[in-house]
Amino acid sequence: MKTNKWLLAAGLIAAAIAPGCKPKGAQSAITGDAAAKVYVAPGQHDEFYNIVSGGFNGQMSVVGLPSGRVLKILPVFSVHPENGWGYSEQSKPMLNTANGFVPWDDLHHIAISTTNAEHDARWAFGNANNTPRIARVDLNSFKTVEIIEIPNSAGNHSSPFITQNTEYVVAGTRFSVPVGDNQDVSIDSYKENFKGYISFIGVNQETGEMNLSFQIEAPPFNFDLARAGKNKSHGWFFFSTYNTEMAHTLLEVNASQKDKDFIMAVNWKKAEEYVKAGKGTKKKARYAHNKWNEETHSATSTIMEEVLTLDPTVLKDIVYFIPCPKSPHGTDTDPTGEYIIGSGKLAAIIPVFSFTKMLAAIEKKDFEGDIQGMPVLKYESVLHGEVQKPGLGPLHTEFDGKGNAYTSMFVSSEIVKWNIETLEVLDRAPTYYSVGHLSIPGGPTGKPHGKYLVAYNKITKDRYLPTGPELAHSAQLYDISGDKMQLLLDFPTIGEPHYAEAFPASLIKDRQVKFYPIEKNNSPYALKGINDARVERKGNQVHVYMTSIRSNFRPDNIEGVQVGDEVYFHVTNLEQDWDVPHGFAIKGANTAELLIMPGETSTLKWIPDRVGVFPFYCTDFCSALHQEMQGYLRVSPKGSNVSLKYSTGASE
Amino acid sequence: MKSLSLTNRILLLLAVLTLIPAYFTPLWQISLWAPQYPEGLNMKIWIDQLSGNVDQINGVNHYIGMKHIGVEMFPEFNYLKYVIGAMIGLGLIFFLVGKRWSIYSFLGLLSAFGIAILVDMYLWGYEYGHELDPKAAIKVEGMSYQPPLIGYKQLLNFLAYSGPDTGSWILIGGMGLLILAVYLDWKGK
Repeated sequence: MKTNKWLLAAGLIAAAIAPGCKPKGAQSAITGDAAAKVYVAPGQHDEFYNIVSGGFNGQMSVVGLPSGRVLKILPVFSVHPENGWGYSEQSKPMLNTANGFVPWDDLHHIAISTTNAEHDARWAFGNANNTPRIARVDLNSFKTVEIIEIPNSAGNHSSPFITQNTEYVVAGTRFSVPVGDNQDVSIDSYKENFKGYISFIGVNQETGEMNLSFQIEAPPFNFDLARAGKNKSHGWFFFSTYNTEMAHTLLEVNASQKDKDFIMAVNWKKAEEYVKAGKGTKKKARYAHNKWNEETHSATSTIMEEVLTLDPTVLKDIVYFIPCPKSPHGTDTDPTGEYIIGSGKLAAIIPVFSFTKMLAAIEKKDFEGDIQGMPVLKYESVLHGEVQKPGLGPLHTEFDGKGNAYTSMFVSSEIVKWNIETLEVLDRAPTYYSVGHLSIPGGPTGKPHGKYLVAYNKITKDRYLPTGPELAHSAQLYDISGDKMQLLLDFPTIGEPHYAEAFPASLIKDRQVKFYPIEKNNSPYALKGINDARVERKGNQVHVYMTSIRSNFRPDNIEGVQVGDEVYFHVTNLEQDWDVPHGFAIKGANTAELLIMPGETSTLKWIPDRVGVFPFYCTDFCSALHQEMQGYLRVSPKGSNVSLKYSTGASE
Repeated sequence: MKSLSLTNRILLLLAVLTLIPAYFTPLWQISLWAPQYPEGLNMKIWIDQLSGNVDQINGVNHYIGMKHIGVEMFPEFNYLKYVIGAMIGLGLIFFLVGKRWSIYSFLGLLSAFGIAILVDMYLWGYEYGHELDPKAAIKVEGMSYQPPLIGYKQLLNFLAYSGPDTGSWILIGGMGLLILAVYLDWKGK
């Protein structure tokens, strides 16, 4: 009897702590038709392009939706040995900065060009977070064609967000830093000596060419993210800030003290007027402006010396502060432009601000104070309402064009769908795990396409076959066409995606460059036919003017090169057909290969440091006789009397 | 000889006029498809030039040692425009004369022209298809790779098609009008 009681008690305790009794969390429910919804049959195309930031790989990925297939890794800020980006003589200037050649960066955000707040998908912009820069990618050739450096900035995180007609792309500094002649200062003197610059980079409406139009000298806060106003709020820009405490150490604690930080509202139309009226001040600043030319197939880098700055403490009505709870991360404007959503990372609610109320408050001077003379609006006066109990750790919000907002919740690892007008939470779906950015086709524009939502997650753990300690970052695709979000697909990604934008493939797929017309190749090293192939010596430089066409190099036997010569292989791909690149690589070169598109000329520099016969070959399988596309270069000792000669197929 | 009916005179004039588009439209086309060329390679032959994917076709043909295809290779491109001009002139004379033999003569002229063109193309096809460079990378079986004269033919990995293009189809329409005229002429006899 006694034993039985003990056994019963033990049994009850065991049952109580048994794993089966653990309360169930949100489970992933995959319904039967998920596979069919993401299946893109062989030979068929995806419906949307998704241009995805690569984060710490400094590149962009091109992903098809709904399949989640990676179509291309597009080099932007990081060298890419696979196609010679940053290694070929022509592409090196693209990675030049005021600090010299920088082979890497951290690309966080994508902005796809818009007209009237709708995607026109002419260009994709991306930011370099570490050495502040903005890049422009041409979406007809999927090539980085311009990079502009941002002076007086550090940690270019609040970037590259664009205005509704792509008039400007912005760059808000994440770190405030001392600038100008006053840079050797004590870190303790943060509040006096540090500045938070916001840059407006003008974009030429025809060519897309960028130009640093002006910088606004803002208080030394940390600028996190931004969104332009659109439609009714066109003309304004909204920047989220944190560390309005102005701490410079242990920010984790010291920048989390205030209940509210700010969304900084910038009237950029007004700023433009001040610039036109000559109210700006020109200041010395060094920054690189790099441009790629699609006809010379080469880049130039120009160091700029000056920047125009506006001082909002003197020039009134440019900058207003909207109090926003707890270190806001994303600040997003809805498709109508009326609502501004601030996502306080540590806040228990999501505040939704009204643009109309903001204008009224400014009109009535309904201020609760000022920062260095710049008005701080009253929270309640600008507030449309708060989303109650949305989840934990709100980060970013996208829109479906049907009056709904979707906010990512990092801490509670879910997506929350809510109604913008009523602020009512409608649905929530788990993510795997800890979602960062969201991407809905057209999601940040005035005309979202809805249909799908991609969650770009920060933690992967067990979602795929394990690959050691370093895992691919996971993404999840959801169908958002119905009332409830439906999880369709998991797919691994390249690098660490932050933001991504998606748009209908039909916008660009029929205007893709297939090859470069050889007659328009204006490279000074271009060859227009095989008869021009030659080798020339100029002092210790040897220039090999080489052609590649299926399947031979001309010349393919070269002698008379000496140890220590600077050898330049100027290779022109004479093909005039789609999808026939040729590669070029030579044994022992301390660089990368060239991958040359049809009609393009590219140059590889090589300084042989030893005697020998060096093979070179085509690295891109170009034809059935690709393996025969090879040659030899003989290197003789310095001062050797072996004369310079070259040939192709001559000796038998 | 009897004069032509009004209908047949008009049909004859129309048939003469169908030669004019030959100056503005391609006369013949050759297309190639392969697994690697789902979009196809297409070459158009005009009265005095070639257009389309001539370079790509040459690029593909060099593997089997076929001679380079280029406008300069074909003397026809120098004189074809005069031949057709002369035919238009003769056609107009036939129209002005307006006798019954006019339609028979012009139909005969067009038919002879068409046959001559086909023979010419066959000879060129034979020459290109048989005079292959013996040092070429790919030795074609029997050293013969002749494209089809009209219609489809499988050549290694390529499906080749050869056939009339816009200008010739209009001209074939002209011949149809003449045949109609001949039929009406017979019926009216």
